[in-house]
Amino acid sequence: MAQLPGSERPFRPLAIYAAFFALVLYLPVFLILIFSFNDGVFVTFPLKGLTLDWYADLFHREPLKQAFRNSLKVASVVCVLSTFLAVPAAMGLSRLRVVGKGTIFGFMMLPMVLPGVVLGIALLTLATWLGLKLSLVTVIIGHLVICLPYAISVLLPRFEAENLALQEASADLGEGPWWTFWRVTFPTIRLGILASLLATFTISFDEFFMAFFLGGMDTTLPMYIWNQLRFPRELPSLMALATLILVVSTVLVFASLRLGRIGQPTRSGAVR
Amino acid sequence: MISLRNLCKTHGSIVAVQDVSLDIRRGEFFSLLGASGAGKTTLLRMIAGFEAVTSGQILIDGQPMQDTPAHLRPVNMVFQNYAIFPHLNVRDNIGYGLRRLGIPRKVQTEMVDEMLAMIALPGYGDRRAHQLSGGQMQRVSLARALILKPKVLLLDEPLAALDKQLREQMQMELRALQQKLGITTLLVTHDQEEALTLSDRVAVMAGGRVLQVDTPSRLYDAPRNRQVASFVGTMNFFEGTVRGEGAAAMIDIHGLGLHPRGENNRQPGERVLVSLRPEALALHLNPPQTPEPAIPARLVGRQYLGGRQMLHVQIDGRSAPVIVASAAGWEEGLLEGGQAPPMWLTWRRSAMTVLDQ
Repeated sequence: MAQLPGSERPFRPLAIYAAFFALVLYLPVFLILIFSFNDGVFVTFPLKGLTLDWYADLFHREPLKQAFRNSLKVASVVCVLSTFLAVPAAMGLSRLRVVGKGTIFGFMMLPMVLPGVVLGIALLTLATWLGLKLSLVTVIIGHLVICLPYAISVLLPRFEAENLALQEASADLGEGPWWTFWRVTFPTIRLGILASLLATFTISFDEFFMAFFLGGMDTTLPMYIWNQLRFPRELPSLMALATLILVVSTVLVFASLRLGRIGQPTRSGAVR
Repeated sequence: MISLRNLCKTHGSIVAVQDVSLDIRRGEFFSLLGASGAGKTTLLRMIAGFEAVTSGQILIDGQPMQDTPAHLRPVNMVFQNYAIFPHLNVRDNIGYGLRRLGIPRKVQTEMVDEMLAMIALPGYGDRRAHQLSGGQMQRVSLARALILKPKVLLLDEPLAALDKQLREQMQMELRALQQKLGITTLLVTHDQEEALTLSDRVAVMAGGRVLQVDTPSRLYDAPRNRQVASFVGTMNFFEGTVRGEGAAAMIDIHGLGLHPRGENNRQPGERVLVSLRPEALALHLNPPQTPEPAIPARLVGRQYLGGRQMLHVQIDGRSAPVIVASAAGWEEGLLEGGQAPPMWLTWRRSAMTVLDQ
């Protein structure tokens, strides 16, 4: 492991604290993973034996498959739409030269930190007032509210890093704004777009509050899990499901973070 | 070819360009010379279409341009830091502007090859910007502009980022290329040597205004005012007053006595500024037998320039040293061992330029 300059010897108390921190953070997750392979219904040690039955069981549940398809639909639409809408927003924001730009940015980021319950109730009220029928469409709208600021914050550094002289060079060589975007801007933000797609897909796929308040009769995967928790004997299957979601989410999030960094200056100033 | 008519540019209360009118001729190499903040870059960017015109007109080939967006103007620019597209290789950078012209791909390839040969970089087509040196990027940037055969080539401090030796080499190449292609070229530079070396005519700018438009030699020999005189080359200034009229007019240089100055149409008693180039001055170790008055001087410094040198001498009644050019070998070692011997300063009368004070 690379060490920071000036820390030749690891500092013991901090190392212990870090280990404890990681334990608290990941032990529950780890338990889910372990018990998803347990050949028994109850969450107690010792394990009764290893089995993949709970995983196999998942494939025979029609409501689960339906919920999974719903989540997939919602997340796909949300990630494409939010990224698509975030590109012009981030581009505009990066080139904005006004006082109070920070405040504008803050307001745009607000939905990311608003409590899900508050946002859920607010949007439910709005939907009722407008007479919208609750369905996957309303869930998508709710997810857009959450994902759009996230997508913007992923894309903004890309646009800010862009060299505006290149835009001028492109215009000078005869390309108008549309072609300049595709030939100069897009290649430099491409990885940011991919990162934004992955991140917003993950957020939408795992999201609970919007689905809870705005889903109506349509169930997404997190909603399905929530409903099944009422039945104790369903727990092992849910843990198998949770494990699968966990693995996929982790992969997507790490991929997104990695993509977000490629081509960005590293701390030492070099470009990867 | 390019006509600027009463061009103005203001940013709020800041005036960047003030009432500039210029005519640049077809095939001419024209430079805008000035310190940073003189408005020369703003002027260039207005011609390119990157800055809106506050008032006035820009005509290229008689066509008004001020309302035409940058991408539709018949000009191409070499940017200060080249603005090479980092995600494209050299070949695609040079061919960037060809897409919209509807030229068959095969012809495009030939055109790019021709350009690569012209800038002496054949075989560099597949390299990326970060694999090129400063001089190579400069050439690619030039080729990218020239391949479109613009009516006017704009150069924004194109050589400023290069080291001295390379810069001088590129100056020669640029001038040769410009003459070969006969392309109207507008250069922005703060480097007076560069402007004088390259240009057919130079506009000296300061404070958003054009102070003087002239050929390099006219700018050097007959600057119109103190700002131009001090910006182009080194100049010694002396304050003086006109005495007498017509052919008998003399200039009383303060503390240095009367000096004849024939042809000037100034009024007696007018306060003027007499300017003298270092080359017009001479130093003598013995009182010279010349008709002009010789002024006692003391050597205080020496600036060796390789092959020639600038001697700084102090004269009475003047705080700033006078700078005198001389051959490098002249009386080597005069300053060594403390005190330099007394000297006498004279100048060629014809070399005096009389300016407003």
